[in-house]
Amino acid sequence: MKDWKDKKEFWITGAKIADPAGGRIRAGSVCVRKGEIAEIAWQKQIDSDLPVFDAEGAVLAPGFIDVHAHLREPGFEDKETIETGTAAAAAGGYTAVLCMANTDPPVDDPSVVKYILRRAAEAGHCRVYVAGAVTKGLAGSDICEYRHLKEAGAVALSDDGRWVVNSRTMRSALEYARMLGLPVIAHCEDSFLAAGTQMNEGFTSTRLGLKGTPAASEEIAVSRDIMLAQLTGAHLHVAHVSTKGSVDLIRAAKRRGVRVTAEATPHHLALDETMLAGYDRSLKVNPPLRSREDVAALRAALKDGTIDCIATDHAPHSEIDKQVEFDLAPPGMTGLETAFALLHTELVLGGQFDMITLLSLLTAGPARALGLPGGTIAVGAPADLALIDPAMKWIPERGKMRSRSNNTPLLGRELTGRVLGIFLEGSWKPGNI
Amino acid sequence: MQLNRKNLIDLDELSADEITLILDSAAKFKEVLQRKIKKVPALRGVTIANVFYEPSTRTRMSFELAEKRLSADIINFSKATSSVKKGESLRDTLENIQAMKVDIVVMRHGSSGAHTFASEFLEAKIVNAGDGQHAHPTQALLDMMTLRERWGGFEGKRVTIIGDIMHSRVARSNIWGLTRMGALVTVCGPPTMMPTAIEKLGHGGVTVEYDLRKAIVDADAINILRIQLERQETKLFPSMREYFEVFGVTPDVLRDAPPDCIVMHPGPMNRGVEIAQEVADGPQAVILPQVENGVAVRMAVLFLLAGSAAESVEVEN
Repeated sequence: MKDWKDKKEFWITGAKIADPAGGRIRAGSVCVRKGEIAEIAWQKQIDSDLPVFDAEGAVLAPGFIDVHAHLREPGFEDKETIETGTAAAAAGGYTAVLCMANTDPPVDDPSVVKYILRRAAEAGHCRVYVAGAVTKGLAGSDICEYRHLKEAGAVALSDDGRWVVNSRTMRSALEYARMLGLPVIAHCEDSFLAAGTQMNEGFTSTRLGLKGTPAASEEIAVSRDIMLAQLTGAHLHVAHVSTKGSVDLIRAAKRRGVRVTAEATPHHLALDETMLAGYDRSLKVNPPLRSREDVAALRAALKDGTIDCIATDHAPHSEIDKQVEFDLAPPGMTGLETAFALLHTELVLGGQFDMITLLSLLTAGPARALGLPGGTIAVGAPADLALIDPAMKWIPERGKMRSRSNNTPLLGRELTGRVLGIFLEGSWKPGNI
Repeated sequence: MQLNRKNLIDLDELSADEITLILDSAAKFKEVLQRKIKKVPALRGVTIANVFYEPSTRTRMSFELAEKRLSADIINFSKATSSVKKGESLRDTLENIQAMKVDIVVMRHGSSGAHTFASEFLEAKIVNAGDGQHAHPTQALLDMMTLRERWGGFEGKRVTIIGDIMHSRVARSNIWGLTRMGALVTVCGPPTMMPTAIEKLGHGGVTVEYDLRKAIVDADAINILRIQLERQETKLFPSMREYFEVFGVTPDVLRDAPPDCIVMHPGPMNRGVEIAQEVADGPQAVILPQVENGVAVRMAVLFLLAGSAAESVEVEN
């Protein structure tokens, strides 16, 4: 058998193909030609002259798509660069990442969109889509030139990190974005209720003497944005949904026919507020980890389609940033490299989800929600694939991950399920093993 | 005898035996404070750093006196005159102090959890002199000592804590200490100053009551908290005047409580806001005895924590 490396045409054999469209995992083989999926065969071995990549029984899924990550460049390169962030993404099974606009300078000008896309192409680890800012400087006041942002390559708009407080501004933003076919990704948080808060408001925050954010802070903002989406007919995508009340609001809105989609993060699906009892800054995140009831509601929402997809909200911070008193630590945790492993360990091995559902939420779900290409294994589609060993145990270690930052609560925690590597347009990129 | 703990950060984990040990030791040290020469060599050669990031009169002087009475060597850090002004972080400050080989760090800091954070890298023993809104264990212990002197024990005794419970580390530590010893605690204050799920705090929980007179009608002791304006960014109560009218403890209000109800206040007082002048100076108040007990309690805590670092106490009769 010829060596498959760097060949324009080869077979991936001996895989367990997990295509969300098919709804199940089946032994098979995939032929890659010139970066595209040329053929799919439901046999483990192929009789062919072409070079062969032996998947050795690993799961072959579409490449994951993250619709919410902070790559921190330009401006915060001490936390992450586009190079390190996309490398972390690839190691986590992601062939595409949509990055947020709260960089410095923010992505409120087409030049920054082009800069990010160029840096991503130079790094070459995975595809990068860019979200432009909703308002200039993310100040919540003047809307940006969405047409220019779109022409430069932006595929969505977001002031993530902040909520657009002024409803009139948000209405204009949604209407204008609708004209251009751009979804608006909303970070839903009532800035006044959430000011100065450190974690979810509840018994744990009372016990720790930390100021808490009530669930209502998110729900008020979700409610307002849904009503404006309804009014304008624009596509609203609710970022990092974290409460049961938000889930109920989104469910009702979808029933009414409002164009709303939503995402939830791995940490909101797997962790809760009680884990903060030791003032662990690696668990400090915005929106905060919530109650067990909220976690249960989020999981149910993924199953019934109220929440369309999983997004990491990968938010790197340096050691200097996080090794401070709890109230001074910036919120956020990394997630690109650990998302699949955490969700597989907690949700699939925990018995609540099956593998194909999880994979769908990481691939077809995000693609559909934001109108991005990919997310399936289909003839003619780009060969963006993730190769996974669901049984491999591993432990995230400080300094051993591809992200520049180590701010994850999963350090030292054994996880089951590892991405062996990705195919990006047919080109194999080994994982971080 | 010693506490088998490295640090005293919160009262929530202390057992009834540990609390009793501290209060018993404090009673012994109080005797030292009655003597003409108020000194014992118990902590001779032990170095203690008082690291105060927040202003303090009582707690700071009380700790310093306790340390001096125990013959320890002390150094004082005050945020206002330190390199914090040059932007030095808490971690760097503490690690630098640690490098000078101090045995115990007594710290007060505005961030809840600051001592838990410090314990991640400090080898010295840590005594919490107040962290944010989380805990003030020695204050609760001196409150309990003052009550025990008058009651003998705590079982079944009713204590009502009145005021801004949400922002009060004194309230939280008192709740943990008192409920551990079997007392029944009620918290009273405006809803805007009552933290979520407070009824679950402590060993067995507390009662929440918004009506002041109902909250004190069968109280054996009331602990009146200061309205902490410096902790509030937004007005949780429309005015001082209105607070006094609704929650201020006046002689008239006190008449609804049992006649031997003990009146406490951690200080400093806002006379005419949470406590009327006549009540503060009245016969039921034990505010100054609380302060006196504070030195004894802190001597006990430092002595019991210092453990092997301490020489044996020579108590002459």
